[in-house]
Amino acid sequence: MDIFLEYGKVFLTGGIICTIGQILIDKTKITPARILTLFVTLGVVLGFLGIYEPIYNFGQCGASVPISGFGYSLYKGTVKAIAEQGFIGIFTGGVSATAGGIAAAVVFGFLASLFAKPTIK
Amino acid sequence: MKIGKQTFKIECKPCIYSTSSIVGPKEMQGPLANYFDLHIKDVFFDEKTFEKSESKMLESCINNLLVKSGITEHDVDVIFSGDLLNQCISSGFAIRAFDTPFLGLYGACSTFCEGLLLSSLLLESNCANQIVAAASSHFCSAERQFRMPLEHGNQKSPTAQATVTASGAALVTRREIADNGIHITHVTPGKIIDLGVTDMSNMGAAMAPAVFSTVSNHLNDTGRDINYYDAIITGDLGLHGTDMLIQLFKNEGIDISKKHKDCGILIYDEKKQDVNCGGSGCGCVASVFSSYFFNELKAKNLNKILLVATGALMSPLSSSQGESIPGIAHAIAIENEV
Repeated sequence: MDIFLEYGKVFLTGGIICTIGQILIDKTKITPARILTLFVTLGVVLGFLGIYEPIYNFGQCGASVPISGFGYSLYKGTVKAIAEQGFIGIFTGGVSATAGGIAAAVVFGFLASLFAKPTIK
Repeated sequence: MKIGKQTFKIECKPCIYSTSSIVGPKEMQGPLANYFDLHIKDVFFDEKTFEKSESKMLESCINNLLVKSGITEHDVDVIFSGDLLNQCISSGFAIRAFDTPFLGLYGACSTFCEGLLLSSLLLESNCANQIVAAASSHFCSAERQFRMPLEHGNQKSPTAQATVTASGAALVTRREIADNGIHITHVTPGKIIDLGVTDMSNMGAAMAPAVFSTVSNHLNDTGRDINYYDAIITGDLGLHGTDMLIQLFKNEGIDISKKHKDCGILIYDEKKQDVNCGGSGCGCVASVFSSYFFNELKAKNLNKILLVATGALMSPLSSSQGESIPGIAHAIAIENEV
């Protein structure tokens, strides 16, 4: 049963984050690009305020896979790099910590483009 | 001859001799499917890119028009055509195939009426005999042009409209050359109306005031009443823009709701097809007029119509710089000889 509970928590957390995004699209005039930027920035800010960590501990991938989790990783990487390298860590930490995600997005995006063709719904 | 503030009376009453339309797969699932001449089964139309597909669609549409009219490319004095892509490439590349002079237009979704309007004026000047006015749009190439490439899988907002995959073309002739009784009698080029709407996913709201301005001025200039026309047909206001237009006329004490039809609403089944507020794009009014409404005129179910194509003259750049959306609407009075 534990595995279902874990999946349930992940689904709930990720679902709530995505629901917020859907409400913003349906009920406000904010463009999708701005919602994306907002979520990344919110991840950073909530990370700094110590709010995102408990969300992540509860929801695991449900909190790290949505784009706000990317912001949280930027924040965590920067803090870690500052501790290790000092001032220069402000510039290197964020992107180093998220390098895996960025490179994977490029590689899998490329691979998908070899096999898939876009079309209308 | 100019009458009133903004309207030209076309004394030679040129004839819309024939029309041609081609649409994409989604439009073929819509309620007007039986009226279109041609359709493509796949959005790529056997081409490598959506842009090439759109050009091929427009080329096929004009070819079909020439065949239907029983003329060749050499009989046409000039082709007016436009689309939504940068530098009007759909038109430029499509009309490469014809040995006919070409004048490219950009009026966003109002392009088709702009072409008909210029055709009428050129015929009125006695300079030409037969002119083709055409326009096209393609959902997939327009998404890349104005929003995000399709691969991005962007979500649409509820007020957004879906760009129609379609081309439409009309042959406008001097009555002495060919006549079927369907005549252009007046044209009213629109003024740019910009009330400060900045939301690119709500273009109906940006264009409704332009329709109100053009139609009001047309009626004033011609001394006609709204009841003179059997139908006032707008290009692509969509559901939201239509509500606004009806309200704008209601404020003046005029009930337009029974006369008004919108091509963007007609082309899709709002309940069954996921298109939010309806269709839009140059191809929307071009294909719906060239199929359904031309048919209604020929069958004399409609005898006097005012075709008002609407355009939202922004670019992705102007929108990201926070500029508002300039709206425009051109009106063409089309009447059956009774």
